[in-house]
Amino acid sequence: MVQAIRMALHVAEERHGVTDIFGEDVGPPLGGAFTATQGLKTAWNSPLDERGIVGASIGLGLAGCRNVAEIQFCDYAFNTIDLLKLGGMIHWSSNGDWNCPITIMTPVGSGIRGSIYHSHSFDATATHIPGYKIAMPSTPRDAYGMLLSCVVDPNPCFFLVPKALMRVRTMAGEEIPGEPGDDKALSKMIDAPLGDRSKWQPSWPDTPDLFVPFGEARTMRQGRDLTVVSYGRTLPLCVKAAETVAGEGIEAEVIDLRSLWPYDWARIAESVRRTGRVLYVNEDTEVTNFGEHLIRRTVDELFYDLIAPPRLLAGAHVPGIGLADSLEMASVPQLPSIAESIRAVARTEP
Amino acid sequence: MSLRPLRTPPETELSPELLVKIHQLMVKARVLEERLIQMYKQGDGYFWIGGPGEEAFNVPLGILIDKGRGLQHDYCHFHYRQSATLLAMGVDPIDSLRMMKNTATDPYTGGRNFVGHYSIREWNVVPVSSPIEVQYSMAPGTAIAQKRAGGRGITIVTGGDAGTAEGDFATCLVWASRPANPLPMLIVVTNNKWGISTNWQGQHGEKRISDRGKGFGIESKTIDGNDPEVSYREIAAAMEYVRTERKPFLLEAMLSRLYGHSSASGANKILDEADCLVGFERRLEERGLLTRAKMDELRAQFNAELSAAHRKVKDEPQPDPKSIFDHIFSEKDLVRE
Repeated sequence: MVQAIRMALHVAEERHGVTDIFGEDVGPPLGGAFTATQGLKTAWNSPLDERGIVGASIGLGLAGCRNVAEIQFCDYAFNTIDLLKLGGMIHWSSNGDWNCPITIMTPVGSGIRGSIYHSHSFDATATHIPGYKIAMPSTPRDAYGMLLSCVVDPNPCFFLVPKALMRVRTMAGEEIPGEPGDDKALSKMIDAPLGDRSKWQPSWPDTPDLFVPFGEARTMRQGRDLTVVSYGRTLPLCVKAAETVAGEGIEAEVIDLRSLWPYDWARIAESVRRTGRVLYVNEDTEVTNFGEHLIRRTVDELFYDLIAPPRLLAGAHVPGIGLADSLEMASVPQLPSIAESIRAVARTEP
Repeated sequence: MSLRPLRTPPETELSPELLVKIHQLMVKARVLEERLIQMYKQGDGYFWIGGPGEEAFNVPLGILIDKGRGLQHDYCHFHYRQSATLLAMGVDPIDSLRMMKNTATDPYTGGRNFVGHYSIREWNVVPVSSPIEVQYSMAPGTAIAQKRAGGRGITIVTGGDAGTAEGDFATCLVWASRPANPLPMLIVVTNNKWGISTNWQGQHGEKRISDRGKGFGIESKTIDGNDPEVSYREIAAAMEYVRTERKPFLLEAMLSRLYGHSSASGANKILDEADCLVGFERRLEERGLLTRAKMDELRAQFNAELSAAHRKVKDEPQPDPKSIFDHIFSEKDLVRE
C-alpha cells in the first residue's frame, strides 16, 4: 500500500498541481516514517511541530497551493484539533468566501505493536470534525485512487492510512494500471536504496488518473445472512472471518465503507434490508464511535427491516493500547472476536 | 548573534495630507467601535469585541498594506481588534454593523460569527477566528507560497500580547526563520498589557516580546503604537525590509485598550489608559493642520452617518435557519480561480 500512496503523490505533484508534500521526516533523506514520500520532488521536511504543520497546510491552501501535510502518527494530531476544526470551518464560517483545499495524511490504528502513542485510531475524531471529507482505504488500489480524489477536491480531506496495512500487497486483479505487476520490479523502480541516497532518483511507472470517489462503498463479499460493515485494518479481517464462518453455513456480506464522510448509506441500507442483520466493525474506542452513529441511523431508518439488534464490535474503551502482544490483542478487534461477533449476530433468534 | 542593522526609518515628518487622512480614519474607526458598543448595550448584538485604542497603529497598517488578491499582494491574518485597519483598507463601516447585528446581509460571515471577524478573499484577508493564536500558525503557509512566487507580496499576521503565551506564537517564530526557507512575514504583536482581566506583568518574564524574535535571528523592534507618526514610519520601514529581503520582522506595538477586553468585561471606557486620539489631535492643532471645531465637526459627521447606518441595519433580515447547511463543502476551488 505504501508504494501505491507514493505513486499517487507522484501523480498528484506531476499532474494535479500539488506544490507541497511536507511534515516531519517527509522529505529526503528519510522520505517518511513509512517511506510513503520517498523520491517526490515537492516533499520537504518541516520542524517537529504538528500545529505548525496543520497551520501551514491551511495557509498554503488559502494561498491556492494544493498540499498534502503529514502527521507522522495520528497519535500526535490530538494537539492540533482546534486547527483541524479551523480548516474544516473556513468555507462555512466565511459564508462561502474561501475554500481550503488541503489533505491531512496520517497513519492510524494498531497492528505494529506501537504501544500507547503509535496505535491510536482517528476515525471517531475525524468524523466529529464537520467540513472534511474522510478517506480510509483498505487496499493499495483504493489508497491510490482515494488519495488522488483527496488532492483534487476543493475541500479539506483526511486521508487516514491503516498502518497495519502499509505493507499489504496488491490483490490479484486489483493492480494499478501501469505498475509492473511484480513487487521486486516495482521496489527497484521507486524504493530508495539503503545507505547514501543523495544521488538516487526514482523511476516512476506511468500510472493513470484513477479516482475512487468519496461516498462510494464497495461490497467485498456477497452474502444472504448478515451485513458486515467495516473499513481500514479490520476490513480484511472481516473478509477472512466471513470466509471462516461460511464453512459453518453463515453467509456474511462484507462492505468496505472506504469513505467515512460522505458515506455510502444507500449501499448499507440496501444490504441490511436484504439480510435483516448488521454488524459494524472498527477499532476506535467504542464510546461515541462512528459505528454508533451508523447503528443509530440503522435503528432510525431500518428498524422494521431488522431481524436482530444491530451490533458494534470496536476497540475497548481504555486510554491506550498496551505494548504487550496480549494487551494489544485484547484491546482491538481481531479475527477470532470478529468471527464470534458474526456468529452471534447471525444466530440471534427474533 | 549579531543582526544586520535595520535601516532607520526617516525622521522626516509625514505630509500634512497624510496626517489629516490618518486622523480622519482614526476618528472614523473610534466612532465605529463606539457605535458597535452602543449597539451591544441596546441589544442589537450578542457580543462586542474590537480595537478602540489601537487606531494609531492599526490605521497606518491598513494604509500601508498592499491590498488585493493573490500572491503578489499582501495576505492578512488578523485577529479581532483590527476594524481600524480594515476601515483604512476601504471597507464600508455599515458592514461591520451588519456583522454586529448578525444579519443575513453581513458580507463577511452571513451572520455566523462575531463582529470583528472579517473575511475578504478579494483582498487576501483570511477569515478571522476567535482563538487568539491560531493565525500565527496559519500565516507561514501563505508566506511559503509568496516566497516561492517571488515579488513584493508579504504575509502580515497580528495578535495580542496575551496570545504570545500560546505555542502558536513560537510556531510562527520557528517557521518564519527556518534557515531552509526564511519567510517574508511581518509578525505584529499589539501589546496592551492585558489578557482579558489578567495583567501582563504577572505572567510574562520577558521584558519585551520583541526580544523573543532575537533568539531566532529575526529583526525585531518595540515601538510606541499610540503614536500614529511613529507607527507609520516603523511599519513602513519594517514592511520594506520584509518586501525586499524576503525575511521576517517582529514588530511589537505598545498601545492602549480603551474599552476593556470585550462586552464580557462591560465595554466601559477605561479612564486611566492613554487615548491615542487625544495626543494626536493636540499635535494637529499645535501644527495648525486642524482646528478643534473642525475635528468636532468630523466626529459629529461620522456619528450621524453611523447612526443612520444603525437604523438601517436594525431592519435587515436575520439569516434563514435553513442556511446552516450552506457552504459546508465547496463545489469550486475558489482560491485557485
